[in-house]
Amino acid sequence: MKKISIVLADDDEDDRLFFKEAIEQLNLNSDLNLVENGNELMKYLEDLNSPLPDLVFLDLNMPRKGGLECLREIRSSKKLKGLTVAIYSTSSSEEDIEECFVRGANIYINKPNNFESIKSVLLKVISTNYQYNTSSLNKDNFVMVV
Amino acid sequence: MNFTNLKSLTMKLVLGYHAHTVVKKVIETEIEKFGIAYSYTDSGQIEISNEICPIQFDNLKKNLLDYGIYVQENQKEQLVQRIKEVVDEFIFSEENYNYKTSQYISDKLNLSYGYISNLFSEVTLNTLEYYIIFKKIERAKTMILSGEYNLTEIAYQLKYSSVAHLSGQFKKITGLTASNFFKIISKRNYSLTEN
Repeated sequence: MKKISIVLADDDEDDRLFFKEAIEQLNLNSDLNLVENGNELMKYLEDLNSPLPDLVFLDLNMPRKGGLECLREIRSSKKLKGLTVAIYSTSSSEEDIEECFVRGANIYINKPNNFESIKSVLLKVISTNYQYNTSSLNKDNFVMVV
Repeated sequence: MNFTNLKSLTMKLVLGYHAHTVVKKVIETEIEKFGIAYSYTDSGQIEISNEICPIQFDNLKKNLLDYGIYVQENQKEQLVQRIKEVVDEFIFSEENYNYKTSQYISDKLNLSYGYISNLFSEVTLNTLEYYIIFKKIERAKTMILSGEYNLTEIAYQLKYSSVAHLSGQFKKITGLTASNFFKIISKRNYSLTEN
């Protein structure tokens, strides 16, 4: 199985740490990059030298450039528009969730408040995305709330 | 004489296709470009008849990759690919099989279901059981979006015991109800073309 490349953009240091720990404990063949805000994320993604990641996790509320703005830029970029984007957020309002999907997010994750849940949520997201990438499925229909 | 001004009409085409046929055709077209003879084996795989030089083979692989088609060079991965094809056949078939998916797959591949299941989990990130449900729900999504079927028809075609069973599984896999899913995708297509 090919290595899975993941990026997380989150301004909260604790959340980044838990995410990293969870990914490490899942023990998948994966590669993780962490950035602190939207500007750093877009810089990383647009960089010609870095290959496209398999999954981008995006916190909504980040200073300077937030998740929705990044999503908009990703979906309007020729290079990036095919990326799988998972919103990683503390909000659970149905309107917010729907809005994210309408703007092109594939996955909406309600940030869990315990570590075991973070692991199981991440495993579900990563393994589902893996199926989309290996089974010739229509990613336009890839929408999932976890 | 009266002339009516024709406003320009935007036409929406709804396409249906058999993915298997499309893929097969693409592969045949690409292989033929190199003037290579080929034939189909009993298990539906393509056997290249004459010698192909490494450069040609690399180019063929590259061309196929543009379509998202890749050559399985690992035996286990080949078998997993075959398993996925058999699952597809079962889900897409409109015949009403009297026996379960596991029996169908086992019979088709002439291997025990236990072996198939273990191999599938080993090579991919999911269990075979999950994959089957996942594929059924993907099919349901396409059918829902086509606007041609109601949930009762979809449940029947996908061999669910009831609409409730289908809805339950849909929600379990996607986290959304079938109607919310439809609403979101419809809204999304609209807003994508607006930009």
